Amino acid sequence: MKKFNSIIYLLALIFIPVMAQAQFDGEFIKPRNGKFLLQNATVVTVTKGEIKNGSVLIVNGKIESVGTNISAGDAEVIDCTGQYIYPGLFDGGSRLGLVEVNSLPETQDFAEIGQVTPNMRALVAVNPNSVAIPVTRVSGVTTTLASPSGGLFPGTAALINLNGYTGDQMFAGFEGVILNFPTSARRSTWDRRSEEEVKKDAEQAQKNLNEIWSKATKYQELKAAEAELTFYPEMDQLAKVIAGELPLLVEVNAAEDILSAIKWIEEKKVNAILTGVAEGWRVADKIAQANLPVITGPMLSIPTRQSDRFDAAYTNPGKMAKAGVKVVIRSNDAENVRNLPFNAGFAAAYGMGKEEALKAVTINAAEVFGVADKLGSIEAGKDATLFVSSGDPFETRSQISHVFIDGYRVPMSNRHIKLYQEFLQRSPGLEK
Amino acid sequence: MKKLNILIAAILTLVWTPSQGQTEKGSVLIKNATVLTVTNGTLEDTDVLVENGVIKKIGKGLSANNVTTVDAKGKFLMPGIIDAHSHVALDAVNEATAPITSEVQMADVVDPFDIGIYRALAGGVTISHAMHGSANAIGGQNITLKHRYGTYNPEDLYMKEAPRTIKFALGENPTRVHGRGKNIQPRTRMGVEAIIRNGFNEALQYKKSWEKYNNDLKQKGATPIPPKHDARLQTLVDILDGKIIIHCHSYRADEIYALINTCRDFGITNIVFSHVNEGFKVAPELAAYTMGASVFADWWAYKFEVYYSTAYNAAILTENNVITSINSDSGELIRHLYHEAAKTQRYGQLNDEQALALITINPAKQLGIADKVGSIEEGKQGDLVLFNEHPLSVYAIPQMTFVDGVKYFDIEDDADDMRIKVSATDTVEPIFLKEHDHNCMHGVDFFFNNFGRSLFQHSH
Repeated sequence: MKKFNSIIYLLALIFIPVMAQAQFDGEFIKPRNGKFLLQNATVVTVTKGEIKNGSVLIVNGKIESVGTNISAGDAEVIDCTGQYIYPGLFDGGSRLGLVEVNSLPETQDFAEIGQVTPNMRALVAVNPNSVAIPVTRVSGVTTTLASPSGGLFPGTAALINLNGYTGDQMFAGFEGVILNFPTSARRSTWDRRSEEEVKKDAEQAQKNLNEIWSKATKYQELKAAEAELTFYPEMDQLAKVIAGELPLLVEVNAAEDILSAIKWIEEKKVNAILTGVAEGWRVADKIAQANLPVITGPMLSIPTRQSDRFDAAYTNPGKMAKAGVKVVIRSNDAENVRNLPFNAGFAAAYGMGKEEALKAVTINAAEVFGVADKLGSIEAGKDATLFVSSGDPFETRSQISHVFIDGYRVPMSNRHIKLYQEFLQRSPGLEK
Repeated sequence: MKKLNILIAAILTLVWTPSQGQTEKGSVLIKNATVLTVTNGTLEDTDVLVENGVIKKIGKGLSANNVTTVDAKGKFLMPGIIDAHSHVALDAVNEATAPITSEVQMADVVDPFDIGIYRALAGGVTISHAMHGSANAIGGQNITLKHRYGTYNPEDLYMKEAPRTIKFALGENPTRVHGRGKNIQPRTRMGVEAIIRNGFNEALQYKKSWEKYNNDLKQKGATPIPPKHDARLQTLVDILDGKIIIHCHSYRADEIYALINTCRDFGITNIVFSHVNEGFKVAPELAAYTMGASVFADWWAYKFEVYYSTAYNAAILTENNVITSINSDSGELIRHLYHEAAKTQRYGQLNDEQALALITINPAKQLGIADKVGSIEEGKQGDLVLFNEHPLSVYAIPQMTFVDGVKYFDIEDDADDMRIKVSATDTVEPIFLKEHDHNCMHGVDFFFNNFGRSLFQHSH
């Protein structure tokens, strides 16, 4: 009997590994960190010029050194001969991660019910496993501002890096409360409100805004005086803006509204960033005078007025930059944030110039978001968030070959690429 | 007497000219351009002479008397861009009242004042296929337009030489509008397939009843009663007779394959699939049995049926020998189709000629006008666009656009405000923050009752 038992054990030992390990084909490639040396590239640092035959050493998530003669040591060497290294690109405003399929309400996590919901935090709703994230990051866009939309104060936007499995792992160090400034513009060409209605809605919104703001100011005063306050999460969040702990992202587009917003911001002495700013070119000097940074885009949109020149949206960022405004570019997209570099390309072609357009999606963004100590350029000590490209990343035909986010080498694959691999030569073809 | 006849003829000609809609034809000599012919490679430092709206000569050192000359040294000349799926210059898009509305004609709702036409010209687009929407399984008849902006007469925009085309639609839109919106068939992809198949069968019966009547007429002393005329069924008969090209809004591989089978059963070969996000999955079938696919460069995930898309669609289709074009379906995208075509170099590394074909000769083939436009060849219509850089570069800016040899866009000379009609009722010009980009469902937004949210978002 004992002998029989041991035979069974023996058999079990032989078979168990087979049964426990299902037979999968292929290997899943995960993001991985470590030591990497990117060699022999043109390093476009953005802040410190270009380095020919340059190398970048990445150690434990940081850029250890940048230069021409860096020894590999035990680092994994990646040959980048003939290629270019750029800092990761920023999208200054998108819904990436906050929506999966735009027409399905079950997957829309960017707009909460209510007009005043500043305490709705994008960071808690970002889906780290959204299919669109790997689709985006292979374009070199590594860092996006996840922005809620909807009512007057729709929520708090969060800057995220496009790698990680939790919101906290993705968090890139900036949050800001969004204000949809009362608008005299129509939302889209399908907005059929009459002139009168548009005007009335804007006046009502302005009245609401001022009332809410004076309440929040009062709330902040009481809070600062350590008064005992009734639980009021919306006011609590706005109070942080008033106290200067969180900046205010003021979404405003029509020229007249931009002027009103500038006045309002100066009156309330808020730390603000203007977003949208579609008609910024009409009042560019005023924005520059007010010394307010601007996040604008997409460039690939129609002029706001029929009487405008056809290229009004293309030329907008360039005109603002020339007037002295610090400009950041956004896609305002979700699944197609990968078009951000092309938006920058159009801005560059239509007056902004390549250098300034590159800044608008790298160092300018990092500065406006207060994370320039970690991101926005290729410098020793900064986070290793960068990518390798066959050429100018705004140029449509360029191929991106490697992307690093926080020192993690992310897989150059996603569902779009996998479908390409499967279907370029389908098997079976026409005949089975 | 003969003289009088000639006089009468001359007077009649004069009187009739406006109603015949003789559109303007121009002449121009473009010198020293890099000519991207699309069908015959790239010709460096080459001249193109257009006379009376037609490309007369391509070569070096050309000269012509009394013809405007454009110095295009260092610039790139390509054929006018053709958009195989557009809703620019349309006053209405959807007749969403029945699953089959083949009697409806988009030619009836052409709006020559639409500033969208001019913006398209500024993006080098000379021809657009103005389509019915996607609310119905079989929608209305489309109209191919030449962008002769500036006329007040809608008929001047018609490309009269273009064959008839019709809009079909599969999947979520017709099932949402009719099945879920009105509780009538189709609610499923089974229903859509059946609606189309039943429509064709009914059309065959209709055709037969007319054939019988016409035969009966030939009998001596016969006084047959004619069948009741039915414009809807007659249009379907014309499809079956090969007189109309189908352009079918579609997304999923299964629905595309189902319609391919239906068409094969009825002997229809004139069919182009539009959007066709999952076309790459049935590329061999599309190549074998259809006039190809007209796709977006990279749109996906705006609705469930485009969730399993890939930006490599156009490249996969092209490599599988499907006639492939890239369309806009949007008054915004139509302005930079050259850039959309270039995305096939990012996603799939198509070569320049393949990429340019996507917005020129291939859509021309799909609209049945490839013998007249879509490439720079002697004898073709003088639809041309001049770029400062290679049109597939993100930095390319269109400089001049010609239709029939007439210059309709010039980046140097044109005024900023190019409207030809100003609203009499607006005291303040309205400001629109964005173009509603997916126009296929224009006019049926009330079927999208998503707490009013999707009203201003993608819903096509």
